[in-house]
Amino acid sequence: MSADRALRDPLDDLSREQVEAALATYQGRPGPLLQVLHEVQHRLGYVPPAAIPLIAEVLNLSRADVHGVVTFYHHFRQAPIGRHVIQVCQAEACRSMHCEKLTEHVQRKLGVELHGTTADGRYTLEPVYCLGNCACSPAVMIDGELHGRVTPDSFDALIAPLS
Amino acid sequence: MNIKVYVPRDATALSLGAGRVAAAIDREAQRRGLRVQLVRNGSRGLFWLEPLIEVASAEGRHAYGPVTVQDVSSLFDAGFLDGKPHRLHLGLTDEIKELKSQQRLTFARVGVIDPVSVEDYVAHGGYAGLKRALALSPSEIVDAVTQSGLRGRGGAAFPTGIKWKTVLDQPPQQKYVTCNADEGDSGTFADRMLMEGDPLTLIEGMTIAGIAVGATQGYIYLRAEYPHAHRALDEAIASARAAGYLGGNILGSGKQFELEVRLGAGAYICGEETSMLESLEGKRGEVRVRPPLPAIKGLFGRPTIVNNVISLASVPVILAKGADFYKDFGTGKSRGTIPLQLAGNIKHGGLFERAFGLTLRELIYDYGVGSASGREIRAVQVGGPLGAYIPASQFDTAIDYEALSAIGALLGHGGVVVFDDTVDMAGMARYAMEFCAKESCGKCTPCRIGSTRGVELMDRVLANVDRERNLQLVEELCDTMLHGSLCGLGGMTPFPVQSALKYFPEDFRKTVQ
Ligand SMILES: NC(=O)c1ccc[n+]([C@@H]2O[C@H](COP(=O)([O-])OP(=O)(O)OC[C@H]3O[C@@H](n4cnc5c(N)ncnc54)[C@H](O)[C@@H]3O)[C@@H](O)[C@H]2O)c1
Ligand SMILES: Cc1cc2nc3c(=O)[nH]c(=O)nc-3n(C[C@H](O)[C@H](O)[C@H](O)COP(=O)(O)O)c2cc1C
Ligand code: SF4
Ligand code: FES
Ligand code: FES
Repeated sequence: MSADRALRDPLDDLSREQVEAALATYQGRPGPLLQVLHEVQHRLGYVPPAAIPLIAEVLNLSRADVHGVVTFYHHFRQAPIGRHVIQVCQAEACRSMHCEKLTEHVQRKLGVELHGTTADGRYTLEPVYCLGNCACSPAVMIDGELHGRVTPDSFDALIAPLS
Repeated sequence: MNIKVYVPRDATALSLGAGRVAAAIDREAQRRGLRVQLVRNGSRGLFWLEPLIEVASAEGRHAYGPVTVQDVSSLFDAGFLDGKPHRLHLGLTDEIKELKSQQRLTFARVGVIDPVSVEDYVAHGGYAGLKRALALSPSEIVDAVTQSGLRGRGGAAFPTGIKWKTVLDQPPQQKYVTCNADEGDSGTFADRMLMEGDPLTLIEGMTIAGIAVGATQGYIYLRAEYPHAHRALDEAIASARAAGYLGGNILGSGKQFELEVRLGAGAYICGEETSMLESLEGKRGEVRVRPPLPAIKGLFGRPTIVNNVISLASVPVILAKGADFYKDFGTGKSRGTIPLQLAGNIKHGGLFERAFGLTLRELIYDYGVGSASGREIRAVQVGGPLGAYIPASQFDTAIDYEALSAIGALLGHGGVVVFDDTVDMAGMARYAMEFCAKESCGKCTPCRIGSTRGVELMDRVLANVDRERNLQLVEELCDTMLHGSLCGLGGMTPFPVQSALKYFPEDFRKTVQ
């Protein structure tokens, strides 16, 4: 689904349930918005723009406030993601081990640019700025699992079992 | 009796296969009908040896590494459970040269204990600091921290005790202790290792801080990129609470302290303390104008301690062993120890806790053994993306706050990123501007507009368009950002750029193919 369509789509019943569950978990705590957004993203993979009015209403914030927070943070996604999220570190320590070249390889291999999702919905590729694995650069995270000293070959082996 | 085998749960060790090795050991032991107790410890920080596994014995722990799944059955064959020789046998862990030469105060238990076991923690000297603190008055606790000479390990090196005193001196009201675990700097992972390997030390440090200033609620602001640390912290907080070390009546003292982890969301600026507070409140991470300092008006407008993970985790040993014990390490105005993180293009990368005063050369060559590529080391960047590049000619500089500042550099959070002679320093300067543009909170013009302009200027320099004139403009822009920015992001991005220009001018004047 394109980001454009996602923006216009209303919230389906299933997603609404998930957003309501996220709100129920954190509502009432001090300053809960970020926690709610994480919880929504955990449940749905992204924060549907159509969820913003509901979140705003329940937390007694303006839609502009919620939208402002969602867009401020790189971590929150506004469009659905692929089945697998691949993050390649771009920060200095990984640059010292030529992560630019690894990134080029990954883009070619997956057939998608950074920030993109493959047409078949299999992979979402994201840049990341340090995974705290800087003594074993270059670092890559695949579906939340960290990998170190990644080479083009070892990358290919890592994604081979993914469906 | 079960033999204890230690396999780290540290994220770097896992990234090199420690999880698979643990599973293989478990399987192989069952297959052979042997009784093995797996302990998932933190990492010793010697990453070229990870996955490093250890076996407990009467004479100490035997180390083997780096272990792969393929090595496991041969380790059993060789009798590693009895500390017998094997190709990967490193001898007793405590005798490993790079470990033995360290002075581990803050990291004393990291890699040693089960990170989430209060019992193990206490058996290794944990909570002695809190017990001591409970016998002191608030101002006595603060005095001990001041006396120790501890300065903020997040990077700004402000005396921790003086910050605490400011919070203590505010009239009684809801106060907060917040831990800055955003660790955004590339090349740093000390916070991560501590939180994964000995989270109870951080929890103890925050509890002592709360008791010292009269704060009953603590928050750990953890970057979302650290899921392993998140799990370890949540488990450790639950263990501490269950054992009566957190909650409404700490060790029966009547004192109260609660703790919660809150996740960041991939914004580097949220490591800046006021941006972090905004984010903790669930808002956009826009930097606040100081004053007022967080110590006076912080989280939800209340007096708040903001300290880095390592600052807070150094408090328990200071209380347990005394301010003088801690102060006796170090040099000049840099007292105590610093966990140095050696990263990037380095053969033996890792974490080395030493008293201040080691030279860069000793760190890079004695511990690091040179570059990973085998090529000549050309530069290091110390102190993260906002730190200066230091050329090889200055590697004899001592690692302490004053000595680095004297050469126009900074120690920051103690990360040292190594580059070999294939590095393009003009490219790194461009990257510094690009990173600032990407991460700017947008509040002030020199940073928001300046960094974008800096990228454009660098692109012209790299394309050799009117080069000398554009380099001149880069210099002027750095000057504007340095003096006109509201916070350290815009204000320090010039450091890597200016140092690259100063020490590696030839990289900015290459002929374009
Ligand atoms: N660890 C990382 O990942 C990372 C990332 C980027 C930058 N940094 C570091 O951040 C540093 C800049 O931080 P900063 O802008 O917070 O520095 P700062 O010097 O303005 O403040 C340092 C600390 O001291 C406190 N303070 C200052 N004066 C005080 C007083 N009179 N009483 C009580 N408290 C007082 C501040 O509130 C703050 O907590 C840089 O030096 C850089 O090394 C660290
Ligand atoms: C752009 C920027 C990013 C920062 N990031 C961090 C960080 O990730 N972790 C940290 O402890 N301090 C960071 N700091 C420093 C904090 O503002 C603050 O000085 C520190 O958390 C205070 O704790 P300490 O005194 O224990 O060091 C950052 C500062 C700036 C300007
Ligand atoms: S210097 Fe940059 S990050 Fe800091 S307040 Fe200004 S715009 Fe925000
Ligand atoms: S969605 Fe934020 S940490 Fe998972
Ligand atoms: S710079 Fe890539 S993991 Fe830290």
